Amino acid sequence: MTEEILIAGFGGQGVLSMGKILAYSGVMGNKEVSWMPSYGPEMRGGTANVTVIISDERISSPILSSYDTAIILNQQSMDKFEASVKPGGILIYDPNGITRHPSRKDINIYSIDAADEAAKMGMTKVFNMIILGGFLKIKPVVQPEFIHKGLEKSLPARHHNMIPENETAIEKGKDIIKPVFLLN
Amino acid sequence: MSMKELRLMKGNEAFAEAAIRAGADGYFGYPITPQSEVMEYLMAEKPHERTGMIVLQAESEVAAINMVYGGASCGKRVMTSSSSPGMSLKQEGISYIAGAELPCVILNAVRGGPGLGTIQPSQSDYFQSTKGGGHGDYRLIVLAPSSVQEMADFAPLAFDLAFKYRNPVLILSDGAIGQMMEKVELQEQRPRFTEEEIRKNTPWATMGKTPDRERNIITSLNLDSHVQEEHNIHLQAKYREIEKNETRWETIQCDDAEYILVAYGTSARLSQKAVDIARAKGIKLGLLRPITLFPFPTQPIAELANRVKGILSVEMSAGQMVEDVRLAVGDKVKVAHFGRMGGIIPSPPEIVEALESKLIGG
Repeated sequence: MTEEILIAGFGGQGVLSMGKILAYSGVMGNKEVSWMPSYGPEMRGGTANVTVIISDERISSPILSSYDTAIILNQQSMDKFEASVKPGGILIYDPNGITRHPSRKDINIYSIDAADEAAKMGMTKVFNMIILGGFLKIKPVVQPEFIHKGLEKSLPARHHNMIPENETAIEKGKDIIKPVFLLN
Repeated sequence: MSMKELRLMKGNEAFAEAAIRAGADGYFGYPITPQSEVMEYLMAEKPHERTGMIVLQAESEVAAINMVYGGASCGKRVMTSSSSPGMSLKQEGISYIAGAELPCVILNAVRGGPGLGTIQPSQSDYFQSTKGGGHGDYRLIVLAPSSVQEMADFAPLAFDLAFKYRNPVLILSDGAIGQMMEKVELQEQRPRFTEEEIRKNTPWATMGKTPDRERNIITSLNLDSHVQEEHNIHLQAKYREIEKNETRWETIQCDDAEYILVAYGTSARLSQKAVDIARAKGIKLGLLRPITLFPFPTQPIAELANRVKGILSVEMSAGQMVEDVRLAVGDKVKVAHFGRMGGIIPSPPEIVEALESKLIGG
């Protein structure tokens, strides 16, 4: 198993930390992982993205030009990365703020109203965990027990009291993700 | 001491933590992207509380390398890190340290140049790193990590090689290796040298004259040309010894290969993926990854050249290592270069396209 994932959105949406929790969960599940962030001027432009690879084998390139799954959280990233999903792959997006919806017919497309849901829950900070839950529903690349350990490892100890809220958000994400277009 | 630990770390952080665990005595640096996490991590970790290691932010790169010169003169395990423009500033000090035959470890997280250039990953400092960099006939031992694990493993290796040969060791990295996180297994803490060990193992160190020996003098100045030439001959003999003993490389899928990529560091990771893509298309492609850039794996490349149809040197530069590949290959087979510059990272499919257009079709 090798899953090559792109997560792209605005800085402050928790893109990098979501990637880190996913990667740490992979480590806890004894997988090979890599986490390659955008840095420098790319970030300063307001967008943030990270490539996470989880695999049973040694990972070749941590830097990729096409992905099994792209998780897209703003319009700029949609414009830039819709075409980067491998044919037959998966695109997950939050429609909040999206003006041009994905139109490819050779990939599976899911939407998840995570921004709305986080606002309803009164916890905008768990937005990225709702997204993570949605992704894990479609692609269970790491088992829930390892996600728990991944949260413990990647959150500083002073925030460990927040782990139950994060796990609730992950479960919520699993409930609310819905298909937009599926290949037969 | 603690057991081996598994962590998810950035390359720069893994290098910093591994240096503490390697028993380093001092780090002297000046911040520059994309390697600032090295000093940031060390400052946060407060190694003086763990092992007594000193971490100091110098007033400039020039000051930092000269602090390394001073610490190394005393037989201490000392280090610095910087990125390309900062490395240019350090070259005078590195030449003096090489001339005075002192051990130290230097990390360069290469960014695109020339000048201040960009902060994105590049490999355009290959010439500077492997052919001298500063003035005079000298060589650094150059290690090229291509993973976070190697960023950790090469810290103790670099110190060991530096002391074995009384020579500066350069770790040539870039922003991709430094900024990415991978799983890393950290080695156990090893103790810093004791005063007794320094006196015994590095009798040249300037740590106070004792009645049983002459005064130790650390210098790179020899006004008598005959003495200087003797010193040059000695240095060259040392470099030949390093070439004989310390050449390191890795081959991936080379056994049945008809074409070979030669790539180090980040380019080697991209090239590994390119090998998979090419093989899926039916092209028998392999990868030779130099782990040491000086000494360069000339012999294994020469041997591969006897049985392949072409060799592509993949570098994020205008083509620097390709000159060493050509020296190794001679006119046995065609050698081509492919690279992107200015901080652009080539994609693995681009590498395969370059192979097809420059070697297979060309």
